[in-house]
Amino acid sequence: MALVLNQEQSMLRESALLFLKENAPVAQLRALRDRRDLSDDLSDDLSDDLNDDHGFSRDLWQRFAAMGFAGVLVPESHGGMGLGQVEAGAIMEAIGRNLTAVPFFSTAVLGATMLARHGSAAQQERCLPPLARGDLLVALALDEGARHAPQKLALRARPDGGGYRLDGEKTFVVDGHVADLLIVAARTAGDDMGQGGVTLFLVDGQAAGVTRERTLMVDAHNAARIRFENVQVDASVVIGEPGQGGPLLDGVLDIGRAALAAELLGIAGEAFERTLSYLKERRQFGQVIGAFQALQHRAASLYCEIEITRAAVLHAQQQLDAAPGTAAPCVSAAKARAGASATLAVQEAVQMHGGIGMTDEFEIGFFMKRARVVEELLGDARFHADRWGRLNGY
Amino acid sequence: MEELQAFREEVRAWLEENCPPAMRMPPTGDDDIPWGGRRMRFTSGAQRLWLERMAGRGWTVPEWPAEYGGGGLSPQQAAVLREEMDLLGCRAPLQSFGIWMLGPALLEYGSEAQKRRHLPPIARGEIRWCQGYSEPNAGSDLASLQTRADDHGDHFLVNGQKVWTSYADQADWIFCLVRTDFSVSKHKGISFVLFDMDSPGVTTRPLTLISGKSPFCETFFDDVRVEKSNLVGEMNGGWTIAKYLLTHERDMIGAMGERARPPALGDHAVRMLGLNERGELPEPVLRADIARFEIDEAAFRLLLERSGALAREGKADPAFSSVLKYYGAELNKRRYELLMACGGSAALEWEGERSRDGELAREWLRSKANSIEGGTAEVQLNVISKRILGLPDA
Repeated sequence: MALVLNQEQSMLRESALLFLKENAPVAQLRALRDRRDLSDDLSDDLSDDLNDDHGFSRDLWQRFAAMGFAGVLVPESHGGMGLGQVEAGAIMEAIGRNLTAVPFFSTAVLGATMLARHGSAAQQERCLPPLARGDLLVALALDEGARHAPQKLALRARPDGGGYRLDGEKTFVVDGHVADLLIVAARTAGDDMGQGGVTLFLVDGQAAGVTRERTLMVDAHNAARIRFENVQVDASVVIGEPGQGGPLLDGVLDIGRAALAAELLGIAGEAFERTLSYLKERRQFGQVIGAFQALQHRAASLYCEIEITRAAVLHAQQQLDAAPGTAAPCVSAAKARAGASATLAVQEAVQMHGGIGMTDEFEIGFFMKRARVVEELLGDARFHADRWGRLNGY
Repeated sequence: MEELQAFREEVRAWLEENCPPAMRMPPTGDDDIPWGGRRMRFTSGAQRLWLERMAGRGWTVPEWPAEYGGGGLSPQQAAVLREEMDLLGCRAPLQSFGIWMLGPALLEYGSEAQKRRHLPPIARGEIRWCQGYSEPNAGSDLASLQTRADDHGDHFLVNGQKVWTSYADQADWIFCLVRTDFSVSKHKGISFVLFDMDSPGVTTRPLTLISGKSPFCETFFDDVRVEKSNLVGEMNGGWTIAKYLLTHERDMIGAMGERARPPALGDHAVRMLGLNERGELPEPVLRADIARFEIDEAAFRLLLERSGALAREGKADPAFSSVLKYYGAELNKRRYELLMACGGSAALEWEGERSRDGELAREWLRSKANSIEGGTAEVQLNVISKRILGLPDA
């Protein structure tokens, strides 16, 4: 497969970029953030469709669904577009470029993939059509510690009657504060660090014993800490087979990682392009600062890094669609590269903007904040370099 | 598509039948692939047979037109040939500056007579070419070259000195940049000429580098007679050809890692250092460096693949070869630093059988030239800044 977008993919990418540029620019994220701190009589147009309980615009998410984006990975038989990772990645890249706060990653990527691949017929029937319509939000509750470590699971699910009883805590659950359904990775057997004995549950976000604490993050996006105390669930909410959740989770996480790599690529690309424009207009010492070789070489080097990352990200997406069984190292390479490139891009962006780059009024800092969060999600560059080593036998 | 499949089957069958078994092993060193020329010595009968058979089909230069000794293949067919050769492990039958550099320049700028005279001997490996570009005072600033060619009616007389002339002492002919007009700005007075290295007045002197040996020479011209028929392109139009050719050289050096496909660094490290009880390389920081390198290397290979695909779609930026040259060179230098680290004190030996006369140490030192030859890293970054990013001159 050629390492370029085909015509349909290019068109989808263009329409996602255009749609988000018009409907969800960085100013909207700023408004979402600031609205929390203000009295509730904001009267400008933008604030009308913002809902400060959610940290994202419900209205925008509805329009996302109307474009077909919410169901991009949902099979056509369940009301989705039935497309693949390259297409989902094109939307994630557009989200990265605009820093759009929508539950696309949590619901349309992780949630949709888990349910479409591993959900029972009943679970799919119940969840996928409303998910694609934008009426159902899903979140993956996985990490328990501050650093991503998917095998480190202490949340216990003990058999109880015909079902299970869940006890434990999850953190960094993206969109967990608003999700209708939580996909919870729990330990049904084995010790807290083992590979086996992992079971996945589809738990009602409002179930008795579930306590959700919304954690506003540095990037003004949302996540939650969630406590499960004596949460009773039926056996029918198990996804896949009991004790067999580990491998299912691995595959879904890799799809999430490739999507995050695409978002990071979008962040890096946008931060770079804004910086390049600034280099061409900001004047000091009687000339534009982009004429200084010290800055030119750093910009050129950053451009190389981003283009290399672009190739790695597209390859990972294509591999996930064409040969998912062997995609893991490609995905780790893509996430590691994208994390490193975005980190470099936003640092260079703030530095080259100088003082104005440090001001809250200017948007470039938003990219730095978001890059930091996405880098941390589902494993940073260090995590994935380590995983690359293991997957390659060292 | 079907035609390509038929071609693939034909190629596979032909290679199976015609590639001698010894030519299906990796070459033992740079000298193990023939460079051609009058002074050529084959290391084995198999090597000679392989070259003759491949040249017979024009497959030493698969994409050149058949009337000039090429295979007349389309880019797609040439890609199939490469893939099938890779699958079978076939070595390149021939390598030379004639194939990589002069040939493409003549195909673009040469007269019909020049193409017919010079291209077939390159394809058959009969004439070996060297490149006369750099001079003692014209390195990165190549266009300030001073070697002069004075017009004497039907011929020029060439006087001056070139340096870093790779394999000048083994080459049969030289393609050379000379100044034919001193009265105009430096880029406008340069011409591109060809002449026989056996001409009276040509002398070469090998240069010793920090690696202890080198392919480089100093080359001196004292009243060398060059027929006007050996002027390529327009009089004083040599800079255009030089730039075109440098692009090819950059592709070549940038892609060096690709063609040679060295063994994975991680595997090499495991052989050298073994694994600990956790199945990991025993030194965690070295392991991390190796993993990061491998990820960058894998991503860079994907960029090579992607830039090829973009070129086939006519969407490649001509200056993009500078990205490949810049990053490929830096990557190769990193590889050798890590190889030296894996080898420890054993890699420092300079003489004797154990180290094959300090082979690794010498290659490590040689790799430092990667970011100098063919335009320094800094020149590549200048090209990227100006031609791709559109940043202004100071």
